Amino acid sequence: MITRKPEPLIFELSHAGRGATAQYPAAEPSGEVPPGFRRRGQPPLPEVSELQAVRHYTRLSQLNFGIDTHFYPLGSCTMKYNPRACNALAMLPGFLGRHPLAGSATGQGVMACLFELQEMLKHVTGMAGVSLTPMAGAQGEFAGVAMIRAYHRARGDLARDEIIVPDAAHGTNPATATMCGMKVREIPTLPDGDVDIAALEAALSPATAGIMLTNPSTLGVFERRIVGIARKVHEAGGLLYYDGANLNAILGKVRPGDMGFDVIHMNLHKTFSTPHGGGGPGSGAVGVGQRLLPYLPVPVVGREGERYRWLDERDLPDSIGRLSGFMGNTGVLLRAWVYMRILGAAGMRRVAEYSTLNANYLMARLAEAGFEPAYRDRRASHEFIITLKREARELGVTAMDFAKRLLDHGYHAPTTYFPLLVPECLLIEPTESETREELDGFVEALVAIRREAETDAATVKAAPHTMPVRRLDDVRAARQLDVAWKPVTA
Amino acid sequence: MPYIPHTPDDVRAMLERIGVPSIDGLFDEIPAALRVESLPGVPEALTEMEVSRLAAKRAAADGSPLNFIGAGAYEHHIPAPVWALVTRGEIYSAYTPYQAEASQGTLQIMYEYQSMIAGLAAMDVSNASLYDGASALAEACLMAVRAHRRSKSARILLPETINPVWRRVARAITEGQGLRLETLACDPASGCIDPARLAALSGEDITALVIPQPNFFGRLEDADALTRWARANGALVIAAVNPVSLAVMKPPGEWGDGGADIACGDAQPFGVPLSSGGPYVGFMACRMEHVRQLPGRIAGRTVDAEGKPGFTLTLQAREQHIRRAKATSNICTNQGLLMSAATIHLALLGPTGLDRVARACIARTGELVAALTQLPGVRVAFPGPRFHEAVLKLDRPVAPVLEALAADGIIGGFDLARDYPELGDALLVCATETRTRADIEAYARALGRVLGRAAAA
Repeated sequence: MITRKPEPLIFELSHAGRGATAQYPAAEPSGEVPPGFRRRGQPPLPEVSELQAVRHYTRLSQLNFGIDTHFYPLGSCTMKYNPRACNALAMLPGFLGRHPLAGSATGQGVMACLFELQEMLKHVTGMAGVSLTPMAGAQGEFAGVAMIRAYHRARGDLARDEIIVPDAAHGTNPATATMCGMKVREIPTLPDGDVDIAALEAALSPATAGIMLTNPSTLGVFERRIVGIARKVHEAGGLLYYDGANLNAILGKVRPGDMGFDVIHMNLHKTFSTPHGGGGPGSGAVGVGQRLLPYLPVPVVGREGERYRWLDERDLPDSIGRLSGFMGNTGVLLRAWVYMRILGAAGMRRVAEYSTLNANYLMARLAEAGFEPAYRDRRASHEFIITLKREARELGVTAMDFAKRLLDHGYHAPTTYFPLLVPECLLIEPTESETREELDGFVEALVAIRREAETDAATVKAAPHTMPVRRLDDVRAARQLDVAWKPVTA
Repeated sequence: MPYIPHTPDDVRAMLERIGVPSIDGLFDEIPAALRVESLPGVPEALTEMEVSRLAAKRAAADGSPLNFIGAGAYEHHIPAPVWALVTRGEIYSAYTPYQAEASQGTLQIMYEYQSMIAGLAAMDVSNASLYDGASALAEACLMAVRAHRRSKSARILLPETINPVWRRVARAITEGQGLRLETLACDPASGCIDPARLAALSGEDITALVIPQPNFFGRLEDADALTRWARANGALVIAAVNPVSLAVMKPPGEWGDGGADIACGDAQPFGVPLSSGGPYVGFMACRMEHVRQLPGRIAGRTVDAEGKPGFTLTLQAREQHIRRAKATSNICTNQGLLMSAATIHLALLGPTGLDRVARACIARTGELVAALTQLPGVRVAFPGPRFHEAVLKLDRPVAPVLEALAADGIIGGFDLARDYPELGDALLVCATETRTRADIEAYARALGRVLGRAAAA
């Protein structure tokens, strides 16, 4: 339920001496910090009653769109239903209360789940080994490129310091390569959406460490010549990295390992439906082929007979090391485990089938309605792009205006202006969990917005009109930086 | 079909609209040789009821032992409203706030969180969270190198007294960018950074000094003196702090003369369950002069087209989706759900509640140390001021003692043998406000039994 009523800051509700006292520990025992180490005065935290806090954060939640409240077709984000069972079971007391260093004797239950998750992920990606420890997609990418680097170094192949990235790639790919101390070489994409093979051949050299590919790509199409690309990269001595952002499109239908990829990261918060939580936690589990097995980040769950234990640096001495304080986002991993067990093998294949069905249906309906798909002659994967360059030219109404007006129609906007190659684009990913009626409603909304733009462009350009706020002044936000409330000092 | 709503009629109508005879026809651009027809190795589906039963059995097997470990993850009371609120669909199932007008809830929570963290640390600005404390330290090291333009060495001093896993994570994450993380030795008598070792480095080009407070052994470092040394030697200061301690302890922004440059740590103690290791929530705050080097999401307050206050992501020119290969970090999102939990947790506790939590932790750890060191063969390794952890020395190897305690339903602490073999048979213990006097007595009795001796009268 979206409300337009503004909600004050929690600090503005504060009154000295008030508090949610049921939550305080008893006043005794009470320890003391030696004088030289003490804080002067109290930290500037709010003082509110329990009801005030509950009401405030409930109201704030009502200023949000979520999957539970709205169709959320954000491209490359896979905003599918997050089953409630996943949350409920991950929060069982035995899992939730367990200290990560409590020892494997008291952790056989959680480790059994994590071991099964590792095995299932291996099988659905066609990889030889999996580590669950990366805490987000970007950290999974980091782990992947760090493993590629470690592989070349271990072979004494020290000159390989270039990562090839197609221009359609997500910004994390080049940012990750830089974080790993690699240079980035960008290659162009052909008009049909596939990688420019000639440009790839020209880029390959004895300096090539590897290539990062998303397949299906962020253009919403499957790279048809992937087997040839893999052969060329391998012949040049490089390795192939699979960005799992779009794994939902092919789950159980074709496996990255079979395509020739050496390493993959999976976004469990996309494909395996763990919650996005307003921007995290994610989970970026990585899978590798035989060549990269020794370099997997630790820890990894191992099984010895009927017992499970954590394998660490002593078991994998060539590991790229640790990326998190303990063993990754365990609670997220448990949610993914529940999801995968409920889907089973057949259910996973259906994810790809029905997300692809929904995307192609939506693309067909929008094309019939006169919108322009960016890759009309291609099959959509689980997502597709429409370009509004004609609407922008003829009506003066941009992709951003359409996106904002969609909010008024009760739909979260698709991804806008990404990938950068397609002008005035909307990247639309409906996911498999939406009904045909919901997709039809979305088409009707876009048609209505275009009709409105033809007669009353100003209304569209000023959208949204029904949200808690109108369009925000981003320039002012950056120039007159206000990123923390400060107490008023008398 | 779990979570897929299509009826056979839907499928027929949709395929007709697309103009393909079957769903398989939608995959005709994928080379046939690559396609798989089944997934051997993946089990068949279970119903929610069946999975619930399996999960409940496994969770029950992990039990609910009495926990005396900290070592980077801390058991605190979590007010019931915290998770009731963050699992509301509008928070739980929203994504990162790209459409600000439809994400004002998430953005305002980010702003409130940033305000609370900056206030606790007495720093100017906080980001909207990072993955966890260990990776936040790694990002802080990278940030210090970017922020300190005059220093050419990329040398960061990482004391032995910081969490050893955090040290390993910092190494793994920064290695590719050529940072030189140098270990700074611990004084074996005090369990704190050895000032003599630091003095020996005076005058050298050092980019940053990391100061853990409290340190991994629970001891309080002389943060003022260490900060002064760093200032005098032109090094930045990275504070790695336990956020609960900030209720009662001098915040990084006030250390030494002028304070730390960057403060980081793990906000897990604020409303985030232990959950077998994660997800937790890293925090990072800094002085305003470094804000453009701060990694991660930042929410800012601005106005909308009607002049009404509102919130939006800001300073995005630092980030990967704009800067690509030149971004401050490859990080895309924050730890939104856990950040929200931390914010609500802090709103409920307020300054008084958090002060009580911190003081109860200090008191209970004092009681725990007193009770256990009554036993012959158990003594304190490092006397001196501490927060809520302490290192105990035993007269025999720790591992079998912990195993025997676990059989009694007590998780007795963290064995330091692997990370600090030079300390001998050393055990790191922790008691937060959640441990009662009876819990502590139960631990002392059990340890007494295990050690085979009665407590001294």
